[in-house]
Amino acid sequence: MAGGATSKSRIAASEPLWLRLLLIVLAVGFLTLIVLLPLAAVFAEALRQGIGAYFASFNDPDVLAAIRLTLLVAAIAVPLNTVFGVIASWVIAKFEFVGKSLLVTFIDLPFSVSPVVAGFIYVLVFGVHGWFGQWFVDQGVQIIFAVPGLVLATIFVTFPFVARELIPLMEEQGNEEEEAALSLGAGGLRTFLKVTLPNIKWGLLYGVLLCNARAMGEFGAVSVVSGHIRGETNTMPLYVEILYNEYNFVAAFAVASLLAMLALVTLVLKKMVEWRFGGASAVG
Amino acid sequence: MDIEIDNVSKRFGTFTALNNVNLTVHPGELVALLGPSGSGKTTLLRIIAGMERPTSGRVLFGGQDLTGRSLRQRRVGFVFQHYALFRHMSVFENVAFGMRVKPRKQRPREKEIHERVMSLLSLVQLDPFAKRYPSQLSGGQRQRVALARALAIEPAVLLLDEPFGALDAKVRKELRRWLRELHDEMELTSLFVTHDQEEALELADRVVLMNNAVIEQVGTPQEVYDHPATSFAYEFLGHVNRFDCTVAEGKVAVCGGEIAVPAEGFNGDGKAIAYVRPHDIEIFNGAVMAGRPAVVRYLMAAGPVAKIELSFDDDGTFLEAEIGRAQLHALDLHVGQPVYVRARKARIFAAAGGMH
Repeated sequence: MAGGATSKSRIAASEPLWLRLLLIVLAVGFLTLIVLLPLAAVFAEALRQGIGAYFASFNDPDVLAAIRLTLLVAAIAVPLNTVFGVIASWVIAKFEFVGKSLLVTFIDLPFSVSPVVAGFIYVLVFGVHGWFGQWFVDQGVQIIFAVPGLVLATIFVTFPFVARELIPLMEEQGNEEEEAALSLGAGGLRTFLKVTLPNIKWGLLYGVLLCNARAMGEFGAVSVVSGHIRGETNTMPLYVEILYNEYNFVAAFAVASLLAMLALVTLVLKKMVEWRFGGASAVG
Repeated sequence: MDIEIDNVSKRFGTFTALNNVNLTVHPGELVALLGPSGSGKTTLLRIIAGMERPTSGRVLFGGQDLTGRSLRQRRVGFVFQHYALFRHMSVFENVAFGMRVKPRKQRPREKEIHERVMSLLSLVQLDPFAKRYPSQLSGGQRQRVALARALAIEPAVLLLDEPFGALDAKVRKELRRWLRELHDEMELTSLFVTHDQEEALELADRVVLMNNAVIEQVGTPQEVYDHPATSFAYEFLGHVNRFDCTVAEGKVAVCGGEIAVPAEGFNGDGKAIAYVRPHDIEIFNGAVMAGRPAVVRYLMAAGPVAKIELSFDDDGTFLEAEIGRAQLHALDLHVGQPVYVRARKARIFAAAGGMH
């Protein structure tokens, strides 16, 4: 890898100036057109009628409900996926067992399945006419077109993020430090808290950040299970679409700008973690 | 505390790592588990520590069956091959770990912990490094931290997995001597795994020679070196010249010399393998009785003994010899010189005696 990179840069350095400039302009231009311009447009559209109109958009109780719902769904899905991700990576990285490769494959499934399909699966299983739907109705619990469905769909879509981040890290670190802790008399929980967790904390934080960004931004799967009930089952991404379809552009872009800001904050934090993470792993 | 390995076997799937191993380690002994990689020596060490469960058999500490007890319950000091220091903890915290995780009632007070950690660190001569992190230490220093950490739980048994494997020759020698002193001073019962026969012979009270999941031989360094029980033991312990030969009427011709076969090594006539240590090769400037002509190919005269490589005139096979410096001067050897060689003594094993 490193050899490839240096040889590539050596080739690049030997190219004529005009070619280098052309390639740089092409790359930057493409990025600007595809990523930066739309991002700027979001804020420009949101502020088109002034800062007052922008903030007025958030006075709508349905907008506030959408923001609250998004936060609620993420607040449930992200911790659950964090716990699941840590357990799954621990199991995969530190033990040998039958069906391990199957588990690894299943962890990747949400990455390869269209989120819409994931949403439909939940409707099929938990909907009123679904396999377990009637039973839940009898218990007085509504899953589809309600918050539990949104949480389930979000968990499904975001569960690989933490595990994917941790598995290679834990595999690389191996078992020895844990074995050392056990041989010194530490119990399982203490070994995890004092030895394993500190060693994976940066990778874990990175995974949680990505998981959170995706949980708040998810559209496809939650769209299927939501039912789009105003003030009740609309998350922010879903409500952006509704506002847009109603030609309420300022409000649509105002809510979208919140999501865009979430993305930017996530990127900055991710960069900071990468920097810390890189430093820490270089030391280890 | 004496350790007894009673008929222990370990299988990983279809692979047999240990096959009916029996061994008793006496209190206060320093024992080397010596063998090539894949011989099962590390598996045996990990079973004694409780990191692996034997497929069958028992492990007893001081007469008490600990086979079912976990790593945590055995309280053995274990030093890992790659040290396994806690990378996010300072040297001090690494050593203190074993005391801090004790149940509240047995846990020493902070002041006591501090004193014991510092005395352990001064024992391993690392007291100025208490605040450093493992990544800021050299290999030899990490090894000493790992030892101090293992000793902090006051174990009666110390187990070391390839303790000097990753260190350079000079540090290795120092640490070896120092480990020996520590072992005697603290009245430990210790086992260490190594693939380096020189290390095992120099450091251990007894050497356990392992190959292919079984113990080939157990004995003091001198016993196993002077009287290897099997052809594997002969080849593994020190340099050796190997000759195919034929035994006839209880005698064998090994590189010229006619040698009476020792009764314990070989019975009857037939094809055999003869092993001759390099220092049992005699070199002569002129023709001698029962000597075989050869040519000096390579001379390494640095050090107390000269190492000489020769090749036979007739079939061109190489052999290695070691002679003292005085003798080297007397013979006035140089590369390309024709000489006669003779084996002072040899050890004979039946050819079918299962080498590797």
